[in-house]
Amino acid sequence: MQDRPFIEVRGLTITAGRDRRQIVRDVSFTAEKGEVVALIGESGSGKSTIALSLMGYARPGCTIAGGTIRVAGQDVRALDAAGLRRFRGKTVSYVAQSAAAAFNPGWRIRSQIVEAATLHGTMGKAEAAGREAALMETLALPDPAQIGARYPHQVSGGQLQRMMAAMAMINAPEVIIFDEPTTALDVTTQVEVLRAFKAMVKEQGVTAIYVSHDLGVVAQMADRILVLKDGEVMENAEAGELLERPRAAFTKGLLEASRPRRLELPEAPADAPPVLEVQGITAGYGGTGPDGLPLYPVLHDIGFSIPRGRTLGLIGESGSGKSTLGRVLAGLVPAAKGSALINGRELDLRDAARRRRQDRRELQIVFQMADTALNPRQSVAEILGRPLGFYHGLRGQARTGRVAELLDMVRLPRHLAQAGPRALSGGQKQRVNLARTLAAEPALVICDEVTSALDTVVANAVVELLVELQRELGLSYLFISHDLGKVEAMCSEVMVLWKGREVERAARDSLTRDPQHPYTKELVRAVPQLRRGWLEEVTAHG
Amino acid sequence: MTRLIAKRLLLGLLTLWLVATLVFAVSGALPGDAAASILGQDATAETLAALRAQMGLDDPLALRYAHWLGGILQGDFGLSLANGRPVAEVIGTRLPNSLLLAGLSTLVAIPVSLALGIASAMRPDSVFDRLTTFLSVLALSTPSFLIATLTVLVFSVWSGLLPALSNIDRAEGFGGTLRVMALPVLALSLSVIGQMARMTRAILIGALSEPYVETAILKGTSPLRAAILHALPNMAGPIVNASALSLNALISGVVFVEVIFAYPGLTKLMVDSVATRDLPVMQACALIFCAGFLILVLVADIVAILANPRLRSAG
Repeated sequence: MQDRPFIEVRGLTITAGRDRRQIVRDVSFTAEKGEVVALIGESGSGKSTIALSLMGYARPGCTIAGGTIRVAGQDVRALDAAGLRRFRGKTVSYVAQSAAAAFNPGWRIRSQIVEAATLHGTMGKAEAAGREAALMETLALPDPAQIGARYPHQVSGGQLQRMMAAMAMINAPEVIIFDEPTTALDVTTQVEVLRAFKAMVKEQGVTAIYVSHDLGVVAQMADRILVLKDGEVMENAEAGELLERPRAAFTKGLLEASRPRRLELPEAPADAPPVLEVQGITAGYGGTGPDGLPLYPVLHDIGFSIPRGRTLGLIGESGSGKSTLGRVLAGLVPAAKGSALINGRELDLRDAARRRRQDRRELQIVFQMADTALNPRQSVAEILGRPLGFYHGLRGQARTGRVAELLDMVRLPRHLAQAGPRALSGGQKQRVNLARTLAAEPALVICDEVTSALDTVVANAVVELLVELQRELGLSYLFISHDLGKVEAMCSEVMVLWKGREVERAARDSLTRDPQHPYTKELVRAVPQLRRGWLEEVTAHG
Repeated sequence: MTRLIAKRLLLGLLTLWLVATLVFAVSGALPGDAAASILGQDATAETLAALRAQMGLDDPLALRYAHWLGGILQGDFGLSLANGRPVAEVIGTRLPNSLLLAGLSTLVAIPVSLALGIASAMRPDSVFDRLTTFLSVLALSTPSFLIATLTVLVFSVWSGLLPALSNIDRAEGFGGTLRVMALPVLALSLSVIGQMARMTRAILIGALSEPYVETAILKGTSPLRAAILHALPNMAGPIVNASALSLNALISGVVFVEVIFAYPGLTKLMVDSVATRDLPVMQACALIFCAGFLILVLVADIVAILANPRLRSAG
């Protein structure tokens, strides 16, 4: 007993669905008491599934089919329903990816945190409430004694994520599972939350399983890293060792994809004419006030111009108004003030429906979620065929030929024309989405967080494709993203939005080297580095 | 929140007024003349004209509408044409009976359908779920008059356990009332239970896949606690709204059930008043039914607002 590792997983196999497909295959690893073990991999690699199995839990449709799981001296698979109830939340607790979804919207936050304690009878209500306030203070939340009385919608995302950790800590568990706990946060918020988590883990001496797809984050948190792919362990090594001397080819690829990159951009003549010129755009939501401006203004006096064959990057945190700007230009949200010219022609900023067909053809938009932007009942050929018929009057043989050309352009095999969106992977869907806008033969494409829902390697490939298309077709892009790495990789110029205002604009090379505005400085500093010890450096300066 | 509720109340009143206008317009369009139908065969031209003048039937439409609406606002629905008593009094003897019937059916239907819906949602596709689904679909797709007739056949004609006619006015004591009410309540609540159980199940299954329910399970709650304390309160709005719509089926169901069991309620009065062309009684009954419908929807809206902390804290 004394010599056994604190967490020991042997030959774990988890199946999904009626056909018992193995989504986790023969996974083994151990963790010593007080160690932080990271599970890293792309979506579908089984990392969350493995982490949840430590609590004896499998998501609906999944079954823990084989292997042994020992946690803190308990054989988890041997526990019955009542045993599992006593085990979950007390011995092992869980911090979910999106606290916004994982907190019950109808309960006060404090009641939910206290419930975790009273449920197990570890303490009375009053004692639990006292401990809740103490934890809120540990996690550096404002007004720790009172903030628990709020409802989840009344606090920010970063605060809620820390409260999730408070809920996990209230029973002083032996093991905490962090399941992508900062993925839904802005990078600037992520730094504070990571710091709070790390301090808490160290102080309380808990053993932690940290699930993430972000190597930069994992490098800061983990003592040991497990690299997973398709439910199998690719590599299992001490963190510093793995980051510096990766052995598996897959790990090398992952590390390579996580390094900052600057793609070589096509040369554009210095006197290239502007494709899009925007002046003084002000827009918002909630009807117009007495001054003719929106009641809830989101954008203030935005102006820029994009020359032919160039890319303007637009970066900012959630709520900065960057997506709204894309939607205003696409004619989906009316602008209260301002004007825009596309290839020198006035663009109607009130409603896309009033635009000339040529304006609509030349300005296209690609959305973040390729899943919801593609009609699941149509084949790829139908999806691409519609704009071909609508803008260019192509029918029959000509249309089929053009669909094949478009698939070539986005580097997809031609036989996918007959497939439906369900048969495609996330990256393929985003390529089809892109091909649909190319069907219109646009001059400017607005890319709204087009890589955010994709895995790192796939996202890099999409960015490369965008740059190649720019070289071949002379396209211009407005590239909207929260990811400084992607913006740096493909944009010739970058505009920083903060609270709906432009705070900085610079060439990509000077932006990261010499940021001017305080927010830009903070943003550049907050992007996680693969280097261990980066988190301590950043927080020491802050 | 108060503003939100006040807005709903105002909208409810507006709808009621529109309904009243519609009832007035429709009953004016019915064939036949109220005065002629009172006097029947004995009518002479003079008596007819006199009665028409007395009833105000010769006044312009707008004036009659104003009189009628003004009367209603003061609680005066006019005189019954059938027996000359004030409509309010005629209805006053019947309304409590109908309310008792609808109320008892609601009291039976809500807990039973909630329990069935929750139990089904927690184990979807289990034998229990399939059986409940089958019976629910059977109950809600069988018209209430058929259910009513079948229950009479089984419980009174064949077994003689319960009376076939529900003359509540002659029932003795509490036990007697229950015996008399049993069959109408059963007939009325069955189809409502079917609908509400189906909708509770569908809404709750959606809620049970929410991440916060998983969080609760991983905190160590039992599945039942997670369903009832975590999922259900958040679904109160949709469930109450769906239930209000189902309970409205009570109002139409009441018509058949009261007639079949000869139950002295409001709808039986309404059906009789149509037969005797008793316009004032008909209009009043129609208005009361619409008001009942609106009150149900209004209560559902208010419960939905109270159950949602976002709306509760809104202005």
